[in-house]
Amino acid sequence: MRILEKVIPKFLRDDNNELDKDRLNFRRLWRLSVLLTAVVSLVPLVFMTLLHYHLAQQYLESESYNHTYRFVSNTWRYVASFLDERKTVLELFAHQYSFEELNNQGQLEAIFDNVKKRLGGIRDIGVINSSGIQTNYVGPYKLKGINYSNQEWFKKVLKHNSYISDVFLGFRNAPHMVIACKFDQPDNSFFVFRVTLDLEQINRMLNQLEMAGSTCTSLVNHKGMLQTTCRHHPEVLKKMSYPVPKFATESQVIEGKDPKGRPVLIGYRYIPGTPFILMIVEQKGAILSTWHKSQIQLVAFLVGSVTLIVLVILGVATYLVNRIYVADRERVSSLHKVEYSNRLASIGRLAAGVAHEVNNPLAIINEKAGLIKDMFTYKKMYSEDTKLIGLIDSIISSVERCGTITKRLLGFARHMEVSIRSINVREVLEEVLGFLEKEAEYRSIKVSLNVPDDIPEFESDRGKVQQIFLNLVNNAFAAMEDGGSLDITVKRKDEDFISATVTDTGCGIKEADIKRIFEPFFSTKTKKGGTGLGLSITCGLIQEIGGKINVQSEVGKGTTFIITLPLKFDKERK
Amino acid sequence: MRILLVDDEGELVSTLAERLSFRGIDADWVTSGEEALKKAETETYDLAVLDVKMPRISGIQLKGMLEVKYPDMKFIFMTGHGSEDDFRAGSSKAYYLVKPINIEALVSKINEVLKD
Repeated sequence: MRILEKVIPKFLRDDNNELDKDRLNFRRLWRLSVLLTAVVSLVPLVFMTLLHYHLAQQYLESESYNHTYRFVSNTWRYVASFLDERKTVLELFAHQYSFEELNNQGQLEAIFDNVKKRLGGIRDIGVINSSGIQTNYVGPYKLKGINYSNQEWFKKVLKHNSYISDVFLGFRNAPHMVIACKFDQPDNSFFVFRVTLDLEQINRMLNQLEMAGSTCTSLVNHKGMLQTTCRHHPEVLKKMSYPVPKFATESQVIEGKDPKGRPVLIGYRYIPGTPFILMIVEQKGAILSTWHKSQIQLVAFLVGSVTLIVLVILGVATYLVNRIYVADRERVSSLHKVEYSNRLASIGRLAAGVAHEVNNPLAIINEKAGLIKDMFTYKKMYSEDTKLIGLIDSIISSVERCGTITKRLLGFARHMEVSIRSINVREVLEEVLGFLEKEAEYRSIKVSLNVPDDIPEFESDRGKVQQIFLNLVNNAFAAMEDGGSLDITVKRKDEDFISATVTDTGCGIKEADIKRIFEPFFSTKTKKGGTGLGLSITCGLIQEIGGKINVQSEVGKGTTFIITLPLKFDKERK
Repeated sequence: MRILLVDDEGELVSTLAERLSFRGIDADWVTSGEEALKKAETETYDLAVLDVKMPRISGIQLKGMLEVKYPDMKFIFMTGHGSEDDFRAGSSKAYYLVKPINIEALVSKINEVLKD
């Protein structure tokens, strides 16, 4: 509860005073400052973050698109050049050597070794005559003498003079692809020079180009059958998971979805003169994963910043509004004190005016009654009439009573003015109690005053001392039911101080309220017209004349105020 | 012994003069400072009882004027303001009485002043 009191400022939790409008204003001021500062500082931050998010997303998508495009183009160039190099070498050797020389086993082996060593990428090499019979062969299979005349690729070679096949099983019953060229002989016959490409090497080459993660790089034929393997398609001659893309002479990148429905970027390019399409499939999520990580960090940073900003705004706004609130309370309190003093001074002036005006007729009544008495007494006409003399004495004594009241009023009014003089505390207390004498009598309140003779007169502000006691006695009277008792005892505390205790048998003060009773505007009598300033002003007056005030109270039994007053007045205070 | 009573309240001052006469004190009365100055020219007074607050010439001013002309004259002030103690604090020589006045207190004060 105490921690809560420390954290939540007073203007937000205080609901015990009469300044409702002011308190609500401060709450509204606090809310408004928090809201405006938050809007001004957070909106640009959130806007910039969202803008950055959007632009970064756009940039990265465009970058990944371009990246796939470049990747397709480069890989296409690499694969096309791989095929072209081997075809060129084949043509070169065919032109350099005659059919007979190529049918020489040693010669063909020398060519095979030379190509394999310097260029690589071939599995075997063979020479086929115009009847389709393989007349010479160097390679791991026993294919010499095989008749290819009915093979599809042989027919295509005859038709187009050169041919790069897609992957097929053939006589070796293993997936392979061939490059074959037809060469005319001077005797109008021809022969076909053929190499089988090393599919493993092509696979390795493409797999090496695949980026880490989820990229799939492979060759497919125009029917969508896989020609090479990739990490998602480990077997050749199977149908590719993606449809055959539309023909285009340039590299293309299109968006699609993988079999699991995840978005992918599909880059492709047809390789001219071959049945191949280079296809590169990249998972969009994988491309943007780095970006996603940085975005998560960005969002975390945003959340952290917003939290920090909100906390700082709350802290600063609360601190500032609380300072204004405290300053305002002090201002209002000072105004009330001034108003209170002015009111007292006005009452004093009014009382003095009334007393003065009443005094003159009183004096006349006094003298006239005195004269009548004199006449009767000195002329001995009615001196024996005791009733008449009694009546006159009654008039004179009533006038004296009125005179005492007007003198007291005049004295009270004069003491309102600030003046440091030697004061007799007994006189001051008697004067204060004199004002409440009648009330005490009507309410059967027993008042006892104990001022020992050793209490010296001391220098102080008589008006303030009078107000202090008047406020305390008034409070005691307000706290007590009819028939209570009030005790005022003055003691010499030490050489420099006296103490005065004002004890009543009133309702007492709750322990929780005791700490707050000297605060301005704290009142338990707000509904009975209390301003909550009486004890605050009293405490202020006591401090002004260099004294102290303490309170002891028990609910239902009563309250004791103990005032300590200095016997020497500090002139600097004046 | 002749006494001059000065107070703007004629009713008060006339009655006071009459009451003093019962006690063997011969007192004249006037209701303003101007009348008092005129009266003092025609008669000789041992003592003047003055109201402090009067229109035009206040009791204090009147005392000053009479003192110049008649240095032997004694004075007692009457006032409707505050207590005698307060006025004593301001001036030590003069005597003060607070209204409503007790006639016996006035008589004893007159005797006291004249003895000085």
